[in-house]
Amino acid sequence: MKRLIFLAACLSLAAGLMPSLSRADEGPATLPFREDVGNLPSAQRGARDFMAYCSGCHAMKYLRYNRMAKDLDIPDDLLKSRLMLGTDKLGDPISSSMPVKQAEAWFGRAPPDLTLETKARGSAWVYSYLQSFYLDDKRPLGVNNPYLPGVSMPAVLGELQGWQKLETPAKGEEDDTPKFELVQAGTMSPEEYKEFVADLTNFMAYASEPGKSDRIALGFRVILYLLVLLVLTYFLKKEFWRDIH
Amino acid sequence: MAIVRNPYKTTGFLGWIDDRFPLTKMWKDHLSEYYAPKNFNFWYYFGSLALLVLVNQLLTGIFLTMNYKPGADTAFDSVQYIMRDVPWGSLIRYMHATGASAFFIVVYAHMFRGVLYGSHRKPRELIWIFGSLIYLVLMAEAFCGYVLPWGQMSYWGAQVIISLFGTIPYIGKGLVEWIQGDYVPADATLNRLFSLHVIALPFVLVGLVFAHILALHEVGSNNPDGVDIKARKDPQTHIPLDGIAFHPYYTVKDLVGISVFLIIFSAVIFFAPEGGGMVLEQPNFQAANPQVTPPEITPAWYFGVFYAMLRATPSLFHSALPGVIVMGGAVVILFFLPWLDRSPVKSWRYKGPVFRSLIILFAVDFCVLNYLGMQPVSPVHTLIARIGAVIYFGFFLLMPFYSQWEKTKPVPERVTE
Repeated sequence: MKRLIFLAACLSLAAGLMPSLSRADEGPATLPFREDVGNLPSAQRGARDFMAYCSGCHAMKYLRYNRMAKDLDIPDDLLKSRLMLGTDKLGDPISSSMPVKQAEAWFGRAPPDLTLETKARGSAWVYSYLQSFYLDDKRPLGVNNPYLPGVSMPAVLGELQGWQKLETPAKGEEDDTPKFELVQAGTMSPEEYKEFVADLTNFMAYASEPGKSDRIALGFRVILYLLVLLVLTYFLKKEFWRDIH
Repeated sequence: MAIVRNPYKTTGFLGWIDDRFPLTKMWKDHLSEYYAPKNFNFWYYFGSLALLVLVNQLLTGIFLTMNYKPGADTAFDSVQYIMRDVPWGSLIRYMHATGASAFFIVVYAHMFRGVLYGSHRKPRELIWIFGSLIYLVLMAEAFCGYVLPWGQMSYWGAQVIISLFGTIPYIGKGLVEWIQGDYVPADATLNRLFSLHVIALPFVLVGLVFAHILALHEVGSNNPDGVDIKARKDPQTHIPLDGIAFHPYYTVKDLVGISVFLIIFSAVIFFAPEGGGMVLEQPNFQAANPQVTPPEITPAWYFGVFYAMLRATPSLFHSALPGVIVMGGAVVILFFLPWLDRSPVKSWRYKGPVFRSLIILFAVDFCVLNYLGMQPVSPVHTLIARIGAVIYFGFFLLMPFYSQWEKTKPVPERVTE
């Protein structure tokens, strides 16, 4: 009985400490996405696309080119010729060519650094955001985004994705993610674009914590060691306590 | 009693030391001949675990301080520098951040153990008071540390917590500016909180831990039966019949507890170092920005109980002062526990059903309040938090009455099990 009460007390204590699963985040529900940092080809494609489409405006000031090349298995010559700005050095962080002052004048705010974006907003948010630009006449740039209403970023990827309109949600629908209707096709099919965004998000997830796969690999070894330690300490205790009654 | 030099007459190198410093005496007094009751159970692991986490925080803190640069312009970048460029830096930071949460988990369990078995009762009142002071300093230490990464949550958390001082009539506004060193949390604030976090508060904390343990070893450990083991000693050896030497018995037992703890701790560090947003909050991955308020400012999870009561207390004349008083009172009331409990028995094992139920009710209430403190405000939450606050204070304030009136069970002469 006593043990049961203890157990109940422990469980209630644990329940109180459980993560609050119902995060009070603003904005609509995100599309289902699981980041896959271990998927090297995907992160490599994402790096290539980030440099081609994003790094003109967005920097990644906490990620160095050579760290990225080492982690993503990109050879130095390819890195220099295809991925880096001509003036940067290998050990430099990924910079953007956008001057901050002018960017503020052009867009209302300077494009944010994206190194930690998937940590700050969640990778599912980034994945959803990049697929949800829609035409909106009321906005100065002609586009808006349900995940960041009043977005100041132009729809840079519009030529790939095509242009879409926001549909008004039907009443009583279970799924509360925003729905769109493609009005002008882009150079990519919807499936191709989805893959493209997934690669980009995977790369950004890698960039937010380059040591993540090492951390997980080390974790298994540490826990294995600790399990052995537990067995040893358990029998050590048993041996010492044999004479206690 | 005069100080006897080298009372154990050791010789050789050890003797040379013992003639000058009470090394053998300390070893015997505090470890090999410190007799603890043999019936310690699960709840007794948390004291040594708290010590382990303290050491973890001190060691990882030293290495973080080597690479962290306090300052509104440098702090956030230097944390990323630690995470990416410092060898093992991310592991050290995860250990420190997770260690803070672990500290509160083990300390809460350790304190609850005290409530369960009456470890605060005579003659252990000072142990309890030192412990409560440790808890108080720990909260200040955790708050200061929370601000240092200078992310959005750090900044706005600091703003909310420091502004609580502003509710004090007459001096509040000036006090806030004096604490911040500025009109808003800024570079000066960050630097002084850094100073407190790495020097002043750890210094006080370690000192209090020493006092806590010294006081404990002066009077001896309590046990789950609340029986005084010193009342029955072996006539020849004068060792308590139910006592066993702390070393080796409890040192090896605590090693088992430490192994289990480290497995859980490592699982968080390696597989979920952000603790689902409870150890490292999402908004804290964005640098502090005084112009943008995050959608929801919540304190660290371990302040949930107090935050829930703060928010649930109705304001008076548009001032949150009543809430601040309730919140402060919730901590201050802990100090009085040794004198609020008037039960003739120490351990809840021999207390009556009312006291026993109230202890469980209090534990559940504590968890519910903590949960509510992490949730957004809603009328239902506020109502539950108000009921929770009444239960919290009722548990303590009515204790002199129900603890005295209720019939208790007979306490055995020796420890059980």
